[in-house]
Amino acid sequence: SVELDVFVGNTTIMDKEVYQLWLNGYTVNDAVKVRIDGGIMEECEASVEVLLSDTMDQYRTFQMCERLLHHPTKLANQLLFQIPPDRQAMLIERYYAFDDAFAREVLGKKLSKGTKKDLDDVSAKTNITLKSCRRQFDNFKRVFKVVEELKGPLVENIRQHFLLPDQLARDYAAVVFFANNRFETGKKKLQYLTFQDFALCAGQLINNWTLGAVDNMMEDMDVDLDKEFLQDLKELKILITDKDLLDQHKSLVCTALRGKTNVFTEMEANFKNLSRGLVNIAAKLINAKDVRDFFIDLVEKFIEPCRSDRWTSIDVNLYLTHYTNSAHILDTFKHHSVWTRYMGVIKSCILRMYHE
Amino acid sequence: MPGKLKAKIVAGRHLPVMDRASDLTDAFVEVKFGNTTFKTDVYPKSLNPQWNSEWFKFEVDDEDLQDEPLQITVLDHDTYSANDAIGKVYIDIDPLLCSEAATVISGWLPIYDTIHGIRGEINVLVKVDLFNDLNRFRQSSCGIKFFCTTSVPRCYRAVMVHGFVEELVVNEDPEYQWIDRIRTPRASNEARQRLIFLMSGELQRKIGLKVLEMGGNAVVGYLQCFDLEGESGLVVRAIGTACTLEKISTLPSTATQPSNSSPSKDMKDSLQAAPSTFGCRSTHSSPVHSASSRLSQGFSVSVPTLLFSGMKPRHRSSDAPRARQCRPVFGEEAPGVPLSSGPPTPLRAQTFSSFSPSKSYSRQSSSSDTELSLTPKTGMGSGGSAGKEAGPLKALLRQQTQSALEQRGVSSSEAFFRTLEYPFFTLTSFPSGFLLHVGGVVSARSVKLLDRIHNPALGNTRSYKLLDWNSFTADEPETRDAWWEEIRQEIKSHVKALGCHAVVGYSESTSICEEVCILSASGTAAILSSRFMQDGSLDVEHRLSRQPVVFTSGADRVEGDMGSSASLGFEEVAPPGCGFCHIPYDELNIPFPAQLTYCYCCRRNKVPDVLFTTIDLPTEANVTGKGCLIQARLCRTKKKGQGEGNATAISNLLPFLEYELHTQLMNKLKLRGMNALFGLRIQISVGETMLLGLASATGVYLTALPSPGGIQIAGKTPSDITYEQHISNMQKKINDTIAKNKELFDVNPPEVVEEIIGSPIPEPRQRSRLFRSHSESSDEVSELDLSHGKKDTFVLEIDDTDAVEDIHALLTDSPTPPGFYSCNTEIMPGIQNWTSAIQMFTSVRVFRLNNANLTNQGLNKIFTDLCENLLKSFYFKLRSLTPCCLCHLNFTVAIPEDELIQVAVTAVAMSFDKDQALENGRHGGEKTQIKAIHENDEQLQFNLELNPDSTKGLADISGSHPSAKAPSVDYSSFADRCSSWIEQLRLKAHTMRRGSIKTTSSLEKNSPLPEGRSRSLRSNRSYSGGSVAVVKMTPLSFIPGAKIIKYLGIINMFFIRETTSLREEGGVSGFLHSFIAEVFAMVRAHVAALGGNAVVSYSMKECVFMENPNKNQAQCLINVSGDAVIFVQESELEATSVQPQSATTQTSNGGEGT
Repeated sequence: SVELDVFVGNTTIMDKEVYQLWLNGYTVNDAVKVRIDGGIMEECEASVEVLLSDTMDQYRTFQMCERLLHHPTKLANQLLFQIPPDRQAMLIERYYAFDDAFAREVLGKKLSKGTKKDLDDVSAKTNITLKSCRRQFDNFKRVFKVVEELKGPLVENIRQHFLLPDQLARDYAAVVFFANNRFETGKKKLQYLTFQDFALCAGQLINNWTLGAVDNMMEDMDVDLDKEFLQDLKELKILITDKDLLDQHKSLVCTALRGKTNVFTEMEANFKNLSRGLVNIAAKLINAKDVRDFFIDLVEKFIEPCRSDRWTSIDVNLYLTHYTNSAHILDTFKHHSVWTRYMGVIKSCILRMYHE
Repeated sequence: MPGKLKAKIVAGRHLPVMDRASDLTDAFVEVKFGNTTFKTDVYPKSLNPQWNSEWFKFEVDDEDLQDEPLQITVLDHDTYSANDAIGKVYIDIDPLLCSEAATVISGWLPIYDTIHGIRGEINVLVKVDLFNDLNRFRQSSCGIKFFCTTSVPRCYRAVMVHGFVEELVVNEDPEYQWIDRIRTPRASNEARQRLIFLMSGELQRKIGLKVLEMGGNAVVGYLQCFDLEGESGLVVRAIGTACTLEKISTLPSTATQPSNSSPSKDMKDSLQAAPSTFGCRSTHSSPVHSASSRLSQGFSVSVPTLLFSGMKPRHRSSDAPRARQCRPVFGEEAPGVPLSSGPPTPLRAQTFSSFSPSKSYSRQSSSSDTELSLTPKTGMGSGGSAGKEAGPLKALLRQQTQSALEQRGVSSSEAFFRTLEYPFFTLTSFPSGFLLHVGGVVSARSVKLLDRIHNPALGNTRSYKLLDWNSFTADEPETRDAWWEEIRQEIKSHVKALGCHAVVGYSESTSICEEVCILSASGTAAILSSRFMQDGSLDVEHRLSRQPVVFTSGADRVEGDMGSSASLGFEEVAPPGCGFCHIPYDELNIPFPAQLTYCYCCRRNKVPDVLFTTIDLPTEANVTGKGCLIQARLCRTKKKGQGEGNATAISNLLPFLEYELHTQLMNKLKLRGMNALFGLRIQISVGETMLLGLASATGVYLTALPSPGGIQIAGKTPSDITYEQHISNMQKKINDTIAKNKELFDVNPPEVVEEIIGSPIPEPRQRSRLFRSHSESSDEVSELDLSHGKKDTFVLEIDDTDAVEDIHALLTDSPTPPGFYSCNTEIMPGIQNWTSAIQMFTSVRVFRLNNANLTNQGLNKIFTDLCENLLKSFYFKLRSLTPCCLCHLNFTVAIPEDELIQVAVTAVAMSFDKDQALENGRHGGEKTQIKAIHENDEQLQFNLELNPDSTKGLADISGSHPSAKAPSVDYSSFADRCSSWIEQLRLKAHTMRRGSIKTTSSLEKNSPLPEGRSRSLRSNRSYSGGSVAVVKMTPLSFIPGAKIIKYLGIINMFFIRETTSLREEGGVSGFLHSFIAEVFAMVRAHVAALGGNAVVSYSMKECVFMENPNKNQAQCLINVSGDAVIFVQESELEATSVQPQSATTQTSNGGEGT
C-alpha cells in the first residue's frame, strides 16, 4: 500500500474545483466521488487512484495554507508557497466566502463558543457540512475580532485586513454589525427574511446611524450606533404625542396619496397606528434591548399591518415617501435632520424587508 | 587576513509566539562565523522585530570564508531561564567570493528549526570585502566558479576544458557519536547540518585548488554527493569538470576568441608547448609554472590532471588496479562483457555478455604491465608520457587501442586524452564540434563492506575537526578514495575497449544498506576533439538560447578547423548531424559484437544498430520524430544476509539485474520504433531483502542509425492451437503498439528500400550455430522486408516465464495521454517552441510491501505500477499545462527499510505551442528514409562460445594478482561470478533469440530551441506589506523564452527535519510535504537574496526519509543543489537592450574569475 505520497510544485498547484470541495467540508472520499461524477475520469483518462492521490495531496496543501489564510495579508509575503497573485486572491475570496443560509442562522448571535457548539444544528438545518459551518463561523469571529477594535470605516477595514472584494467586505460588515449589536433575527416572524435583506439594512444602519457616518474624522468605530443620534430620536415622539401634529401629519399624507393608491382607506384608517409604531421604535432605540428588537419591531409595527391590508411595495414606498416628506411641512416640527436621518434608513429597510 | 565579512541584521517578521503569557516574543539574534559571535539587542515584545543592527564585522581568512557558513541564530530572550532558540539560518558565503557572482546577500530568509520547520523570516545584509590577490593563498580557491549545470553555462564560453576533478572528505557522523545519546535531537540535527555545510565548503575549496593548479577558473557539471554510512562515517564527495570559462561579452566577440592557427600547429602546441598554450591563450594568470615544470619531467603533454597524480594515494603496487578489476563487480567484465560496458550495441550486450575478440585485450594488457615503453606510433612524441602514474593501465590501454589508432591515423586528441589520468567529463552536452564520436555506455559497479574500513585517523577525531581522508591514507588502499579510483580505472579500461579515449556524461553514485555499499559509475565512451581541450574556445551560446552572432561565429570556426584537420588526415570530417554516431572503434576489430551499417545520413561511415548514451542528445543530431521517456524497472528478492556472504550474494545478483534492465530497455525501445537512448541512468538500490534496478533514458530515432525491427513472439511448442492463438494475439498487440507509438512520436518516415552494406561480423563461426539459420547476415546483402513483425524481428519465446514477464512489462506501460510528452534529458527532440510557463515539481512515494513472501514477479509488478502510477499522477496534475513536456524526469529509488520502496521524482513540466509542434512533425515525415538489417542471432552464439575462455583468462589474472591489496574486500571472485553468469546466459539463450530487423527511418533535423514569448512572472502584484519575488526553479540548464545574464553562484543546501508529533503534522505525507515545501522556500529565498530570479540545473540529490510511526516520530534529510541565476525574458531583452545591468558591464576578460 502506498504509505507516503506527496507532490510539491515550485508554484503551488491548486485546483479550484477541489478547493471548493475542501471548503465545502467534503471528506477526501466524498470529494473523489464528486469529481468522478463530474466526469473528470473520462476527460483526463485518470483512474480512481490518481484522483484519490491528487485529492489528498490538494487537501494537504489547503490545510497547510489555511494557517496563512487566517491572515490573508501574510499570504502575499510568506515564503512557503509560491502562489501567483491572482491565485492568492482566489484562495482568499473563496475561503472567506460564506453561505447566506449559514450567515442567516448566526446573524445577530454572539460569536461565542456557545454558538459554535450549536453549529451542528445549523448544519442540519442548512444542509451545510459541519466543517464548512465551523470555517464560516471562525471567519466571522476572526473578522469580528480584528475589526472590533479598529477605528475608521468598517467596510474599508475589513477589505484591507482581509483583502476581500468589495461586496464580500460589505457582507462581513453586516455580520460584524449584527453580531456587535446583537440584533434579534431568529424570531419566527423574521424567518422570511434572507441574509441579503439584513445585509442591506445593516449597510443602511452603518452608513447612516453610526458615528462614522457623520463624523469623517473616524474617531470612533462604525460598529456602534451613534448614541447622540439615538438620544435625539426621542425628540421625534412629539409626532405622536402632540395630537395636532399627528392629525396634521395624517391629513398631509392623505392629501398627497389620495387617488394614488388602491389601499387608501386602509392607509387612512391605519395611519396613526403606523406612525405611532415607527416613532415609538425611534424613541426606544436608546435602550440596547430595543435596538436588538429593531427588526422585530419593524415587522410587527409596520410590515405586518401593511401586509394584512395587502399593500404593495409601491404603496409602501409611496406612503413612506410622503410620510417622511410631510413631516417637514409641519409647522411645529423642528427635528428635520434627525427625522431625515431616521426615516431614510427606515424607508430603505422596510422596502427591502417588505416581501409581498 | 584576506577578507572581511560584514553582516547586518535588519528585521524579523512572522516570528512564532515564544511567550504564551503575552502572545509575543522578545527576540534577539546571534551572528556567528568561525569562533566569533556577535549579538543584537533584544527587541522586546514583538513578532516583527526591527533590530536594524550595526554592521558586524568578521576578519577572516579566505579559506574559512570558503569552508564556513555564516550562522545566524534567532533566540527568544528569557530573563529567568535559558534563552530559547527560535531557529537558524545558514548562509553560504561562497557566491560573494567570486567577482562575477553576487555582490551582496540581502533579503528575507526563512528561519529554520529542525524540529519545527520554518519559523518566521529574518532580513539580513551580508557583504564581503576581499583584500589582496587571492591566488597567493594556496589554501583557498576563492574565485573559482562552480556550476551544477552539465554544459558550458550560458553566457560563458569555454576557453579550455581541463578535465576531471574529484575529491572526497570523510568525517564521523554526529548522529553516531557518543554524545548524541545525551544531546537533544535538535542539537544533533544542527550538528549534522553544520558539519555537512563545513564539509561541502571544504570539499569545494579543495576542488577549487585543483582547478587552480590545472589553470582553470571554473568547475562545470559539479556533482556533490553524500554517503551516509552510519557508524562508519559520513562521506562527502564531488566530481566535476575543470574549465577555463570566459564571459561572453554582449558584443560580437571575435576579439575574445583565440584565433586558431592551423590544426597542425595546434597539435604541436598541445603536445609540446602546451604550457604556453594554457597560460597565455586563455588569458588567465593562474599557475602556469606547475605545468611547465611537469613538462620538463618528460611529460610530453602537460595535462593539468597529471599534476594531481602525485597527491593521490598512488603508490600501490602497479598491478593493484588490475587485480582489483577481477572483482565481482559487474563492470569488470566489461571490456568483454558489454553488459556493463553497455550498449554500444546493447542488444548484444544484454544478450550475452559477450566476449568479443577484442576481449583478448584485457588478457594481453594485464600481462603487459611492463610494457610501459610501448608507445603508440602516434608520431606525436608523446611516448611514455603517462608512464608514471597508473602505469600498467595506461600501457594496457594504449596497447589496446593501438591498432585502432594506427589504422585511423592517430589524431592529436587521442594522444592528448591518453595522457589524462581520467579523461572523464561530467558534462552531458557539448558545443558542436567537440563530441566527435560516441562509443556507448560504460559502467562499473563494485560491492563493498563498510564495516571493513578501519581508519585509525577516525578514532582520533574530535567532533568537527575535518579529516581529509586523502591526507591520512595516502598509502592505505582501503579508503573510499581508492575504491573510486578502482572504479574509474575500470571505466577507463572499458572506454579503451570501445576504441574511445574519453568518457562524457560521467557520474558516480552509491547505494548503502547497513554495511553493504554499492559503488557505481557510468558514462559514455567518446572521442572528443582535442582542439577544444587545449586551445579552442567553446561557444556556449549553443542550442537553446542561441544568439545568432556568437553562435555562427563559433560554428564557422569549428567547421574550418575540422576541415583542415581532416585534410591532414587526423580527424575525419564528421557531419554534425550524424558524426557522433559513427563508430569510434575499428570495424575490423570490434570490441564486441556489433551490427554495423553505413551511416544513413552520410553513407560514408559505419554506425551501430543501436546507440545507448548517458549524455544529452547533441543539438545538431539528426532525429526523426520525437523522443520519449523509456524506463526499465526491476525488483529482485534476495535472502537476508550479513557481511561477506551478503555482499557476495549481492554481487552475484547484479549482473542479472543489469542484464534484464538492458533487455527491458531494448524491448521498450523497439516497441517505440526507436534506435537510440540518451541520458541513460541506471540506478541499483540495495535493501535487506531485495535489489531494485531502475533504468531511465530518453528514446529517440536517430536518423543516422538503421531502423529497429519489430518484436516477434514465438512459442516453443507450436502444437497447441489455443496457445498459438494466444501468441498471435499478443503479437498483434505488440504490432499495434509499435504502430501506434510510431504515429505518436512521429517516427514514420516513408520507406525506401536500399541496399545495405553489411558490416563484417567478426566470427563466421557462430553463424553456423544459429538457431535460426535463415538469418540474413548483413554480409549476404539480401533483399529485405522492411515491415516489422516479420521473420527477422526481435524474437521473444514465451515459454519462458521471464519472457512472459518481459512481454507484460512491455505492454503494461501505459501510453502518455494526449498532449503530453516526457523525457529525462534537457531537450525534447521535435519540440521547439516552448512557452515560458514552467512548473518544477518534486514527488515522493513510499510503498509498503504488506505481503512478506512476494515473488520476483509480484515485486516487479508492484515496482512497475509504482513508477507508472507516479507518471499518471503527474499527467493528471499537470493537465492544465498541456500541450506540455515533462523534461528531465529524474527518478530516484531507495529502499529505506525492509519492506519499503521509495521513489522520488524531480522534473519540470514545460508547455509549448502546439501548432508549431505539429508543423515540425509534418516536416519530419517528408525526409529521407533508409532501411537496415540487424543481425543478432549470431552474436548470441558467439558470446556463448567465447565466454568461458575469456573467463578463464581473467580468472587467471585475478589469481595471479591476489586482491589482498584491497582490504576492502571485493566479494565475488570473478571466476565464480562468470561461471554462474554464463550459465544464466545459456539459459537465456535458449529462451530468447534475436533476429535481424529492418524498418525505415527518416531524416529530420531538429535543433530544439525554445522560443517562449510569454511574459515574465517576475513582478508580483503586492498586497499590503509587499510581496515576494517569484523565483523559478528548473532541473534544466535553461529557462525557456529567457536569457540567463548572470550566474550568481552555486546553491548547495542540506536540511534535516525531525518530528516527534508525526500524527499532529498530518502523518508521514503531511510531514514530508511541508518539509519539501520548506526546502523549496529556502532555496528560493536564498536565490532571491543573492539577487537572482531562478535556479537552473536544480536537483534533489538526497532525500532520506525514516519513520517510526509507533513512536510518532519521523526524520528526513534533503540535499538540493543548483545554480542561482538572473534571467531576463527575451521579449524584455529586446525591448530594453540597453538595460541589463550585468550583461553589459561584464567585459570579455571576466573569465579570469580571480
